[in-house]
Amino acid sequence: MFVLVLVFSLRLSAAELNIEITRGVDNPIPVAVVPFAWDGANLLDEDIAQIISSNLEQVGEFSALSRANMLSLPSEEREVHYRDWRILAQQYLVVGKISQVPGGQMVQVQWEFFDINRERKVLGEVLTGSMTQLRDIAHEISDVVYQEITGRRGAFSTKIMYVSAEGPIGSTIFKLHYADYDGRRAQILLESREPIMSPVWSPDGGQIAYVSFETDLPRIYIQDLSTGQRRQVTNFPGINSSPVWSPDASKLAMVLSKDGSPDIYVLDLVTNELRQLTDHPRAETEPAWTLDSNSVIFTSDRTGQPQIYKVDATGGLPERMTFDCFYCAKAQFLPDGVNLVHVRRETRQDNSYGIAILNVQTSRVIKLTETALDESPSVAPNGSMIMFGTTAGGRGVLDAVSIDGRVKFRLPSPQGDVREPSWSPYLN
Amino acid sequence: MGMQFNNVFKSAVLALTIIGLAACSSTSDTEEMAPVAQTAGESDAARAARLEQERLERERQEQQRREQAALNTTVFYFDFDVAEFQPSDRETLIVHARNLAANPNRSVRLEGHADERGTREYNLALGERRANSIRDFLIVNGASRSQLETVSYGEERPAVNGQAEDAYRQNRRVEVQPAG
Repeated sequence: MFVLVLVFSLRLSAAELNIEITRGVDNPIPVAVVPFAWDGANLLDEDIAQIISSNLEQVGEFSALSRANMLSLPSEEREVHYRDWRILAQQYLVVGKISQVPGGQMVQVQWEFFDINRERKVLGEVLTGSMTQLRDIAHEISDVVYQEITGRRGAFSTKIMYVSAEGPIGSTIFKLHYADYDGRRAQILLESREPIMSPVWSPDGGQIAYVSFETDLPRIYIQDLSTGQRRQVTNFPGINSSPVWSPDASKLAMVLSKDGSPDIYVLDLVTNELRQLTDHPRAETEPAWTLDSNSVIFTSDRTGQPQIYKVDATGGLPERMTFDCFYCAKAQFLPDGVNLVHVRRETRQDNSYGIAILNVQTSRVIKLTETALDESPSVAPNGSMIMFGTTAGGRGVLDAVSIDGRVKFRLPSPQGDVREPSWSPYLN
Repeated sequence: MGMQFNNVFKSAVLALTIIGLAACSSTSDTEEMAPVAQTAGESDAARAARLEQERLERERQEQQRREQAALNTTVFYFDFDVAEFQPSDRETLIVHARNLAANPNRSVRLEGHADERGTREYNLALGERRANSIRDFLIVNGASRSQLETVSYGEERPAVNGQAEDAYRQNRRVEVQPAG
């Protein structure tokens, strides 16, 4: 057995993902983020203004003004001339300055945010952090700007996990990675010669669960992110897979095939009681919770092909939710509790698996992606974007798509296959 | 009596010819197939008995060779989205089952796999169903449940990389591995 658990650290991995925008919206909101002034002697490791610009552009609703086109470079309110920005047709302006706190590695970031049309300052604040937290500060500012403009909470400070497989068949190394939402600052949480699958977050983001084949059998593990400590949760005969916490954190839904075929079970994490939710000779898998923790949705092929069902968390007769697709699977509710993201293949003939959203009230379906092998959708905690695994150029890559399907970006990896993105909850 | 004897003799020669042809076409083991010389002083009855003995021995060897070939076949392929093994693999699997029945101390691990199309966790279920379909057939044909371990890798351990139908065909499989 070869498995390496890596304790969470600030060590950076060379294999970081970088975001490329592959599609954008027609009329993005113009925002100017002026390079932040810095009073220190040495160059800073991170360019806060650049990170904010990239964040806003990545979600597709915004366009960031190029620095070369800026007529002035203000760093505080008294240097701002609204005319300079109106000429450039900008709607919003972000300025700031970074200063070293005397006698340490701490910096202070003072930043301000302006509405150009109304010619007024919307807000300003001072953030303090260490030199190594400049990216975190930039994401924090991005979250505030995003919320001020759109009215929705930003998800730039969130994290993702994903699985990679590298090396030739027969000597493949599997790794579980942890990174910023944009793939930066990637770290390895687990490394194994046996497959790793289905990483998920606990509702508070402090723990993760996943399936590891390190004992030559698929078993569920829970790992604490801050200590690296982990425990094997299940050891039943057959498949032990698809762990997922209930939103109230009290239970873990999972798939066990100990009685002959895969069925949905719920483990009470307080009492350790295991409850069987489905009992059917065909395959029941891919559980996900409703927002109120009262029901579990899952995939079943009891009618022949995979379709999505819903069952009460105490058991009972499942209710079928999808009817008009050849293959509908791996469903998960968006934060609105009404829209169900899932993997969809329309007909036997069409042979392409895409990410789609089903509105369970209107039964309307929107297909978000048109690539052929899309799977493992994971939703940002603000519901604005969905990240998923797909294949490009013969390799597994991670893509993200906005909830309206208009914006798409890709996180390419320098080597190997990446798959199964899992977007964290809000972590602060 | 003489009539009966003649029939046995005829069928022995016929069988010998068939086995000889098969052996000549497939192996270098032709030396044994050389025409049987009449040993001096051997009675017709003794000769027929000896031929019969040799025929049975050759049949046994041929059978053994075929069984070994079947046992050497350890990967079984499946159609898309299908969990039942192909009918053409029946005979081979029966040999596996009988071999397990004859060797109660031997055990095998049946590793089920799916191609990459569709969701990963559903494919894990599909791989298990494939491994189970072979496991159940082996049990029906004489293997003991305790000799058989199944595990599904879903789409996590492809045999070959690529998105072509040919790669998918090779990845939808159950591998029979010796178990610990």
